[in-house]
Amino acid sequence: MEKTAQKTKFSWSKYSQLLLPLLSLSLIILFNLFRDPSFFSVAITENNAGNTVLTGNLISILNGASELAVLAMGMTLVTAACGGQDISVGALAAIAGSMFVKILRSGEITLGTIALAFVCACAIAIVFGTFNGTLVSVFKIQPMIATLVLYTCGRSIAYWLNGGATPTVESPLINAIGSFIPGIPVPTPILIVIICGIIFALIFKFTTLGLFTQTVGINQRAARLNGINTTFIKLLSFMILGVCCAVAGCIGVSRLGLINHETLLLDVEMDTILAVAIGGNALGGGKFKVSSSVLGAYTIQALTTTLYAMKVPSTDVKAYKAIVIILIVVIGSPVVKAFFSKLWAKLKAGKQTGKQVKEAA
Amino acid sequence: MQNEVVLSMRGIDKVFPGVKALQNVDFTLRKGEIHALMGENGAGKSTLIKVLTGVYTKDAGTITIEDTEVAIRSPQDAQKAGISTVYQEITLCPNLTVAENMFIGRGNYVTVNWKDMERKATEILDNLGIPARAKQQLGSCSLAVQQMVAIARAVDMECKVLILDEPTSSLDDKEVAMLFGLMRDLKQRGVGIIFVTHFLEQVYEVSDRITVLRNGELVGEYEIENLPQVELVAKMMGKELEELSDLVRDDSEKEDTSEPVYQAQALSSAACTNPFDFAIRKGEVNGFTGLLGSGRSESVRAIFAADRVTGGNVTVDGKNVKIQKPIQAMKQGIGYLPEDRKDDGIIADLSVRDNIILALQVMKGFFRPFSQAEAEAFADEYIKALEIKTASSETPIKSLSGGNQQKVILARWLLTHPKYLILDEPTRGIDVGTKTEIQRLVRKLAEEGMSVTFISSEIEEMLRTCSRLIVMRDRHIVGELRGQELTQSNVMRTIAGGVD
Repeated sequence: MEKTAQKTKFSWSKYSQLLLPLLSLSLIILFNLFRDPSFFSVAITENNAGNTVLTGNLISILNGASELAVLAMGMTLVTAACGGQDISVGALAAIAGSMFVKILRSGEITLGTIALAFVCACAIAIVFGTFNGTLVSVFKIQPMIATLVLYTCGRSIAYWLNGGATPTVESPLINAIGSFIPGIPVPTPILIVIICGIIFALIFKFTTLGLFTQTVGINQRAARLNGINTTFIKLLSFMILGVCCAVAGCIGVSRLGLINHETLLLDVEMDTILAVAIGGNALGGGKFKVSSSVLGAYTIQALTTTLYAMKVPSTDVKAYKAIVIILIVVIGSPVVKAFFSKLWAKLKAGKQTGKQVKEAA
Repeated sequence: MQNEVVLSMRGIDKVFPGVKALQNVDFTLRKGEIHALMGENGAGKSTLIKVLTGVYTKDAGTITIEDTEVAIRSPQDAQKAGISTVYQEITLCPNLTVAENMFIGRGNYVTVNWKDMERKATEILDNLGIPARAKQQLGSCSLAVQQMVAIARAVDMECKVLILDEPTSSLDDKEVAMLFGLMRDLKQRGVGIIFVTHFLEQVYEVSDRITVLRNGELVGEYEIENLPQVELVAKMMGKELEELSDLVRDDSEKEDTSEPVYQAQALSSAACTNPFDFAIRKGEVNGFTGLLGSGRSESVRAIFAADRVTGGNVTVDGKNVKIQKPIQAMKQGIGYLPEDRKDDGIIADLSVRDNIILALQVMKGFFRPFSQAEAEAFADEYIKALEIKTASSETPIKSLSGGNQQKVILARWLLTHPKYLILDEPTRGIDVGTKTEIQRLVRKLAEEGMSVTFISSEIEEMLRTCSRLIVMRDRHIVGELRGQELTQSNVMRTIAGGVD
């Protein structure tokens, strides 16, 4: 009996990090529930291409957050290992997307060429990720400063790769990646996020990446003295984030069937960092939870979708978003956390004294 | 003037949760004297200084400056009372000029008369003979000069008491001489100087009087002429010389001629530049001893390649090996429990379990993680074996007590089943019960055939545990004691440099 009680206590502490993103997400959902219950209706309709598909705000939230969710997974690792953030993910996604388009445009688009194009996109993203990672891990430059280089020049590189303003790739196959695979009613980007999630779960299960990354992030000196190659772990986190950028870039390109180097995933880096923060991960490195960051990504997208559903003009959306973000971040701040835990302890103590008083009476 | 008391602290108590850091400590500083405050780690020197400078508030006792009792509740209070401190790390702004540094944050905040300031600064610098120009950027001066500027600033604020906390630790011999010149000069002007250092020679070079603290209590105040170096060491370590002179170990070690498990020749690292030779045999417990800063930790760090290894030949089990990184040392069966538990040992936010399996996991490899069940089994085994007090193996290590944290780190290395285990201050800052447990464990491990290097600031502990002691002073090995030679008085004589 006692043992089971202890067991449940463990799982609580293990998942306590999910509390903040879950709370924020459910607040947004509750708000919508009162505002307009029809917000949640999911319908089965037929789209232009004649596929039976799911539509509705929930689906569009899940779909729209796909790139952000994939990027948040990688960013969580970089944050945990290096104690800093990569601000070049948008630019890197543009480079990878540009490579994707370049390979696709060089021949007939088949499943094989798509696979090849994706592999090339990953390869170039890993190369640039390694560049970022080297600056951070070998030259010990602050991650934000190190990645500022690619943030500045990344979109120009993306442009050079194709040498055109908005090259298009038109194919039902690309369309299937960006929207729906015939016969499957769930948007493909959602499926891609699920696949990425599974891959991350497998990596954590079959390697010691999780333990080593946390160790490096919490105490680099101790990590080194325990034989961990701290440089490699940091480098690896940037390489994995590179692959995430490639995936996000390819999704982005496939949605539109073209690449606009200037606008593809514009400003996504700040949302990605925010997703990691809302996920309750320490931005100074250390303990992390990838699933928590993904929830953070969906929270951000839910917020955006809600604001649009409320017909807030697109020029004002960012301001409203900022207000909600301030609330979430303050709720998650150590000061507020300490306040609530104190309050909780008081309540507990109060209950006990109450009991004692009753017993005495 | 010599005997006029400028500062008198009486019956100072300071309690931290669980520790009595200072207990009824008296301290007296006279006008125009240099007074050395001595003690090993944890003796209470820095606590006393911090009470005096208002960083901590005392729990009991009085502080009197020139016959008036003062209440010091903040560093500002201390400054007003005429107490100035120059810390080990220079706390000035290197990007400002010397003059700006001397006058920053004083007096009128809004308007500055630059010319006046420079004139005054030049005057003070000349007066004290400090080789710096008022307009020069502080960062362009040598460390010693920066330190002197900090002192000049303090002196100009009309301080009566000047505290120099380890001022010489990053200076070379010439710079130290320069600093001492300034200190003697200030002494002539009637400033009372409290000098905190761990360099014995320097104490004897400039000080007039010595106050020794140990375990938060006053050992005594001595005139420098009446306290030879070897007695000072004895007092710092806590034994009267006479009473400990002939405590001979009963288990005299027989000469062992077997092949050493680990042998190093002319080993040197970036942190200890003096190459040294060292060897240890199977089942032997040896120790490195010496005062703080003598290089004992740096030496064992070089063995484990914790600092960058710069030279030397290493053989393990008679085979030549290259140990340039900790992982290579680990693969050779060497374990290292670092001196600084907080910064080098624990992974604070991770669970006790993760902390225990870490080293073995690293050795096993990136692609071969332990399953949850395996890790749990290892953790449970060692939590039981070492009697680690923790709510569960999932508890973050940071919420454990110091002694239990240390046991977790010990468990981490025992789990790797090393041939040779280095323990640097494994018993520092932990309770007496755990201390004895760890000592007993070390003896047991050695009986089972493990070689152990054991370092402790407590000499009795070293004598109890080790069968051979390597004595270090000023980053050099100055002696090796074994068998019959292992007595406290011998150790202290060797540390103090054979001075009698």
